[in-house]
Amino acid sequence: MGLETPSIPRAIFKVMNNTILGVSHLKTYFFTRRGVVKAVDGIDFELKRGECLCLVGESGCGKTVTALSILGLIDSPPGRIIDGEVRYNNLDLVKCSPTQLRRIRGKEIAIIFQDAQSALNPVFTIGDQIVEQIRLHLGMKYTEARDKAMTLLKEMGIPSVERAMSYYPHQLSGGMKQRAMIAMSLSCDPQVLIADEPTTAVDVTIKAQILDIFHELKAKRQMSLIFITHDLGVVAEIGDRAVVIYGGKVVEMAPVSKIIGNPKHPYTAGLIDCLPDISKTTDRLASIPGTTPNPIELPQGCPFHPRCHKAMEICSQQQPPEVRISEGHEVSCHLYQ
Amino acid sequence: MKQMLNHELLQIRNLKKYYPVTTGLLSQHIGDIKAVDGISFNIKERDILGLVGESGCGKSTLGRTILRLEEPTSGEILYKGMDITKLDKKGLRELRREIQIIFQDPDASLDPRMTVGDSIGEALIIHSITDEKERMKRVAELMEQVGLEAGQASHYPHEFSGGQKQRIGIARALAINPKLIIADEPVSALDVSIQAQILNLMMDIQQEFGLAYLFIAHDLSVIKHMAHRVAVMYLGKIAELADRREFFQNPLHPYTEALLSAVPSLKPKGKERILLLGDVPSPLNPPSGCRFHPRCHRVLPICHQEEPQLVEISQGHFVACHLYN
Repeated sequence: MGLETPSIPRAIFKVMNNTILGVSHLKTYFFTRRGVVKAVDGIDFELKRGECLCLVGESGCGKTVTALSILGLIDSPPGRIIDGEVRYNNLDLVKCSPTQLRRIRGKEIAIIFQDAQSALNPVFTIGDQIVEQIRLHLGMKYTEARDKAMTLLKEMGIPSVERAMSYYPHQLSGGMKQRAMIAMSLSCDPQVLIADEPTTAVDVTIKAQILDIFHELKAKRQMSLIFITHDLGVVAEIGDRAVVIYGGKVVEMAPVSKIIGNPKHPYTAGLIDCLPDISKTTDRLASIPGTTPNPIELPQGCPFHPRCHKAMEICSQQQPPEVRISEGHEVSCHLYQ
Repeated sequence: MKQMLNHELLQIRNLKKYYPVTTGLLSQHIGDIKAVDGISFNIKERDILGLVGESGCGKSTLGRTILRLEEPTSGEILYKGMDITKLDKKGLRELRREIQIIFQDPDASLDPRMTVGDSIGEALIIHSITDEKERMKRVAELMEQVGLEAGQASHYPHEFSGGQKQRIGIARALAINPKLIIADEPVSALDVSIQAQILNLMMDIQQEFGLAYLFIAHDLSVIKHMAHRVAVMYLGKIAELADRREFFQNPLHPYTEALLSAVPSLKPKGKERILLLGDVPSPLNPPSGCRFHPRCHRVLPICHQEEPQLVEISQGHFVACHLYN
């Protein structure tokens, strides 16, 4: 991979000019005293223009590290992207210099973090934080930037915007902080928005409000979204396509209707079955035995095989290949070879 | 006495828990946070009452007040007809043999410097099952009951995953054969695949030991799976209380409607989603009249002024809303 010239990503980009961001063979490891944590261990996916791609998985599966790797936000040491590339506009973000990345981050590719409380700076007002970003990236004058910030906050449904601009983060409720975060991430009209569990830390009525904002972003701005979540209900609600991640690897990738309606990988099927669904009544939930694997000692072969009820002998020996089930539906499982 | 009460295990009457808010050098009292503001309900033997609400609605405070982990401001808590609020220290210790609690965060509720065997056994010592051999036997038994290996008793909490830690929390609660378990968001910190395991385990032990649960959660899908009856709390008050079937098929309170429509489901719903405006107001200064009226989509003029009472609309279906008065 490392020997490829820049002309190759460009060629790929031309063939699939519908793709805005491409991640291939991405491997991000953390080198700790206790061993090598293979947080992301060979992940591939493409984000198409205007689509909402959901990265789904449980804690520790590598979905957040994938997002941080795209933006070059991996702390090094202990972390390092050891292989793979992230293609964006003829660039391989993995190879970009910190200066180049700084120009892209926030302006071209923005991120919304799960915990708005700790992502916002507590000693600056909401207004100042948004204005700073706009002035930095777009070189606007203060008053111009301030107008833009207020328009955005209004768009996010924040009441009495004038006052909200002068609030410090602690003066806003959880839902309002999340809105301010979204307004901030949109302030430079990014091409790609990565949302890392934006609905996890908020209440169900606020969750509905936040999802509504994302629906509007999709409809009005044709935003290309990477939506990271563990909640399949949210995926069904907002996603166009979904990538299911387990043990740092993609186990299944398909349009959302197929992931929910016709899951092929035993892990995906298990995740859906073990979800208590409000629209049906069951006596007993299906469950996946065992726990998510320790990323320091990932199982040999398929990472899911120790918990899989359909595991065969080959699963513990060989990594499953990617199998195409139908157009756009790929699964990594020995069952489908 | 017990027969007379028709196996009512727990009866709560007009329970209130206020936290005083003070300011300045002289700690001037400027108001109260009314975390629990006049709540009444019953739990029968083997009953599972699901308690749902958004953060800050007072559901955890309610759970803790029942065990007197928080001192109630006023009201009665009757356990088997006996008023808990008047118990002394010794009486409380006796009570806690019968009522136990499982906390949300299994990490914070286990002592990191105690082996899990000791943690589970601690309850047995306090409740005077002191014979070492007998205790170890019981600990091993409990660990197997909750799906752990008895051999892991000598391990420390950090050696376990989140789901396993919650199993330890359950074993600890079960140790002295309680009748009622208050489960305060027991699965909200867990991954979905683990959540299902713990919910199944809680169902199994409920049937095996004939337990009653007060099951506190914010996730209505979980509540629907677990509870026999459901109560919705909003800003320290009960908005609606009904049997599970009735609650999910015929929700009456606008807040319940909105909550139900906000739950993301795998199957797209036919109904339009009801989007509530704004956030839960501060319990320090709740809105006048019905506390829900500033966010309500079916608000009436009377809602601004008068607080609705919780009334029984049909058998076992209570709602506090002016629409039904």
